[in-house]
Amino acid sequence: MRIFLNDDAHDVEAGTLAAALEVLGYGGRKIATALNGRFVAAPARPATTLSEGDRVEVVAPMQGG
Amino acid sequence: MSFYGVELSSRLLLGTARYPSPAILSEAIKASGAEVVTVSLRRESGTDRAGQSFWSLVRALGLRVLPNTAGCHSVKEAVTTAHMARELFDTTWIKLEVIGESDTLQPDVFGLVEAARILSEDGFEVFPYTTEDLVVADRLVEAGCRVLMPWGAPIGSARGLNNLYGLKSLRAHFPDIPLVVDAGLGVPSHAAAAMELGYDAVLLNTAVAEAGDPVAMARAFALAVEAGRAAHLARPLEPRDMAAPSTPVIGKAALGD
Repeated sequence: MRIFLNDDAHDVEAGTLAAALEVLGYGGRKIATALNGRFVAAPARPATTLSEGDRVEVVAPMQGG
Repeated sequence: MSFYGVELSSRLLLGTARYPSPAILSEAIKASGAEVVTVSLRRESGTDRAGQSFWSLVRALGLRVLPNTAGCHSVKEAVTTAHMARELFDTTWIKLEVIGESDTLQPDVFGLVEAARILSEDGFEVFPYTTEDLVVADRLVEAGCRVLMPWGAPIGSARGLNNLYGLKSLRAHFPDIPLVVDAGLGVPSHAAAAMELGYDAVLLNTAVAEAGDPVAMARAFALAVEAGRAAHLARPLEPRDMAAPSTPVIGKAALGD
């Protein structure tokens, strides 16, 4: 199944957002997520199922003014 | 001074972007005496750890963080970003930016009020980056904002206080709302001027980060903020049109022809 994470295409096995993040190297990281433009809180990631073509956003802390 | 019930002794809020190095950022924050620093959030890849190391640095300083929604041009984008920031930084504070124009980074005040209302109703404590417009400020307060952050000048422009009259009016109109001049300051005298007007605090970033010596400039801004505040409390003279001799003329020797 193909999903887009921060605009980059990734082929992942069908499953949850939490599982995809783990596979793609985000395990244990301080991140926040959105799916198709909607915020997905960390506790909801294991129950959030991904579908073909989903757009995932993963952000982390950054310098800001 | 307090923001949403949080007492602070420093009236300088500092941004964390554009410093030459993490070490200089850290030293500049210390030199500024800031107790609140602004932070942001951006995409991170599975292999890049820049965000994680930045977060470690900020945590080590033990300061309160004010996450922003920088770069958001729509209400939806800003609201979603705020939710991500609340989870990421574990704070209900959000510096709300909804940008309406790319050249000046002028706030989209219509979107700003809408986003402020949505976020306030959802438990956020909103610090809106706004203009000095009184009516917009009224709407923001109605929407739940208990701090207002009018711009001094466009972000990063170093132009100082572009509309002194407008900023003065805003201060007079909202005597009880904490007001922070956010953006556009270039040199410490700009910060002092804002504080002399009775503003509660200033928020700056580029003026320190891109100075030749950011650590020394952070210290200079801290001194200016302190001086400006002290001057405000000492009730400055109002400007007048005509000269008023400072040396008494009574008793002056009559030496003319």
